[in-house]
Amino acid sequence: MLIFTLRRISLFFFTMLLLTILSFSLSFLFPGEQLINLTGQINATPEHLAALAHQYQQQASIVSQYFSYLSHLFQGDMGYSMASQLPITTEIFHRLPATIELTSVALLIAMFFGIPIGFFAAIYHRKVPDNLILAIAMIGYSIPVFWLGMLAILIFSIQLGWLPSAGQISLLFEIEYVTGLQLIDILLSDSEYKWQAFQDATRHLILPVIVVALAPATIFMRLARTAMLEVLDTHYITAAQAKGLTFAQIIYRHAMRNAVIKVIRDVGLQFANLVTIAMITEMIFSWPGIGSWLIESIYQRDYTAIQGGLIVLSTFIFIVHIIIDFVYAALNPLAREPNHGT
Amino acid sequence: MANFKQTPHYYLTLLLLMLSACDANEALHLSKNSVIYCSEGAPESFNPQTVTSGTTIDATANQLYNRLIEFNPTDNTIIPAIAKSWHVTRDGKMITFYLRKDVQFHHTSYFTPTRKLNADDILFSFNRMLDKTHPYHAVSGGKYPFFQNAQFADLIDSIERINSHTVRFRLNHSDSSFLANIGGNSAVILSKEYADQLAGMNTMAELDNLPIGTGPFKFKQYSSGTFIRYEPHQEYWRGKSELKQLLFDITPRDTGRLTKLLAGECDVIAYPIAHEKIRQHPDLILESVTSFNVGYFGFNTRIAPFDNPKVRQALAYAINKQAILETVYTGQAEIATGLIPNSSWAHDASIIGQEYSVTKAKQLLTEAGYPEGFSMDLWAMPVQRAYNPNAITMAKLIQADLQKLDIKVSIVSDYEWTTFLRKISEGEHQSVLLGWSADHPDPDNFFSTLLSCGAINTGSNRTFWCNQEFDQLVQAALQTDNINTRKGYYSQALALINEQVPLIPIAHSKRYQARAKHISGTLLRSIGGIDFHGVTKN
Repeated sequence: MLIFTLRRISLFFFTMLLLTILSFSLSFLFPGEQLINLTGQINATPEHLAALAHQYQQQASIVSQYFSYLSHLFQGDMGYSMASQLPITTEIFHRLPATIELTSVALLIAMFFGIPIGFFAAIYHRKVPDNLILAIAMIGYSIPVFWLGMLAILIFSIQLGWLPSAGQISLLFEIEYVTGLQLIDILLSDSEYKWQAFQDATRHLILPVIVVALAPATIFMRLARTAMLEVLDTHYITAAQAKGLTFAQIIYRHAMRNAVIKVIRDVGLQFANLVTIAMITEMIFSWPGIGSWLIESIYQRDYTAIQGGLIVLSTFIFIVHIIIDFVYAALNPLAREPNHGT
Repeated sequence: MANFKQTPHYYLTLLLLMLSACDANEALHLSKNSVIYCSEGAPESFNPQTVTSGTTIDATANQLYNRLIEFNPTDNTIIPAIAKSWHVTRDGKMITFYLRKDVQFHHTSYFTPTRKLNADDILFSFNRMLDKTHPYHAVSGGKYPFFQNAQFADLIDSIERINSHTVRFRLNHSDSSFLANIGGNSAVILSKEYADQLAGMNTMAELDNLPIGTGPFKFKQYSSGTFIRYEPHQEYWRGKSELKQLLFDITPRDTGRLTKLLAGECDVIAYPIAHEKIRQHPDLILESVTSFNVGYFGFNTRIAPFDNPKVRQALAYAINKQAILETVYTGQAEIATGLIPNSSWAHDASIIGQEYSVTKAKQLLTEAGYPEGFSMDLWAMPVQRAYNPNAITMAKLIQADLQKLDIKVSIVSDYEWTTFLRKISEGEHQSVLLGWSADHPDPDNFFSTLLSCGAINTGSNRTFWCNQEFDQLVQAALQTDNINTRKGYYSQALALINEQVPLIPIAHSKRYQARAKHISGTLLRSIGGIDFHGVTKN
């Protein structure tokens, strides 16, 4: 387990190194002055700029410039947004929780529905339910997310009027910012309309979550189906059958656990895909997350925000990836101790 | 196997449980008394003194503040507000305002008023803008565009405090539009007590960002670029609003605003698209108000053939305004029959302008001595304005109309806006497509500015039409306070324009708004921002 952890830490270290180098070099590649791109101080006086140049060691070599950039990053200073002139860190702290909320709920939903349906398909391998599920999965995977989002708004918000089309919660409710995670903040608040607010926030969550979850869910379906088929093909399943266990017993006691482990391994990979989908979904549903903020920044040529947003979003994806790796390792002894079973 | 089959059912039940917990039918107590307005943009400031942008005026002027005098929303006459009455001396150079004694400022988390409004607040609000040495003058950049455009600093000699509830303005010269400007959106009254408190804490810039006023709503929260939250002002002197909250949901995309309206997330939206769809919807109302502006086709009356009124009349008959209205304004305007829109009290319905008639036009042109037609240029403004959203298309339509009279029109539109304006104020054009948005609802703002002899020198009379009779009428209208007498003078002036045709008024654009049926009250105004006082939700 120690080696496994160390490996992940070193991977994290090198990935962060590459990411920060990329982000740092972006400030050179973007049009305009590099120092202003890096700090976002578009209205700075010449004296202020000179002070900044000193802070960022502009006179020194490129390597020490990079290290001074890193030290600013570690102090939580990512410069100021060129568009709003607010510190990037503040903006991200206000935006990231909404994205965490959306993506984590969507991920759970995608797994919650995708994996069991995949298993179901595997059990009915090459029968009607299997073919049907495969076909649906194919369609679900092929639908472009922006189209799906608009369709969902058209049907459920405009035609049927069941669910809201934009935002995280109705503006009527005043929820104090504590963690930024809306549902948790509502539960923490002492508003007399707490329960109404919670319902309202849930209703706002449904459409975007479904839109984000659909494509990953179909992937989980296919992964789970393949995994289950592999497991059902193994000797220990044949042995269990020979012992006279019922089919349900075999599935529940032996096959499911082992198949789930195989799927979990891929969840981390799928998460990056899910975040990309979430960014577009955030735009469609005016979800106040970091994805829509980053896309807005690209529109507004807010270079400082693009650099900061890129680092934070990639780090977020990477951390989730590592957490899932640990979960996988915890569930599967083969992964953490290579000498097992060989 | 049997066990397994239960699993999907289990999930389905869970999903249904989740959905039923979020039953949309359960009415939200909060939403019963709250109005959400989806606005088109974020305000630049919370003090309309510092800006003229419509978005900021909408969000702040009528919601947070009051003026000394205000305009009646139906006929745009001047009505009392913070000043319960006022008196203008015979020479028009001294205006005394008598203030109400029951006007209370907002009580918020950041300010607790200890006194009611008095003369000090009036002096502070105006001196802050007019006096360059005032400690608050430069606080938000020192720009007060509305008053700087109206040249108030030159007009006002001094503002005196007569007693605690009487204020006197001394003017350098008489100006009949003074009262109209004092009632304008930017002439709001701030709290001196609040300003003193901020100065004591050395946070003077908050004056324009954390507003304190006397209006029907008070500031609660602003999330930059996302929403504004207002609460009703409990001690509002006109009576407390019935709403519990007023929210401005800032939604810059027009499709986003439409979606929110259709999905019931907004009660009222600004500048809607898809008018037909809204009209057909059983629960929505589309409403509009004609703005105080005019788009016109003007002639350089100093140059032949446009020095001949008959030629100008002929062209007025030749233009198909209806076609222009449909193509250029996409129906979002009303045909202009005179210079001023019908929402002004000076509008005269008996003057209907020249109808579209090619025969009459040809006849007049023959009488004027141009049976074979002529060649002319037409300058089309190179920018978009509410009063003329697409001057080049309009120019092409006019070109086609005039073709029928054998008049060859060449369109000039290559100049950028400032060069364009400079060249036409120098009289290089033969004819021009331009327009005018009124600064305040006083009709003089149209007459004097666009067509008086004096305006030729200041460059705002682009027709170079100077008619003594017209000038006398407009002057006479300014020298009387009796609104009916004034109206009589303006009717004569309108008739004169209709006969002489120095310019052909084409359209007055409209401002649209859509709301859900359960919202009642007058919101839209033909000049100035929207007003949520008196709006209720059923």
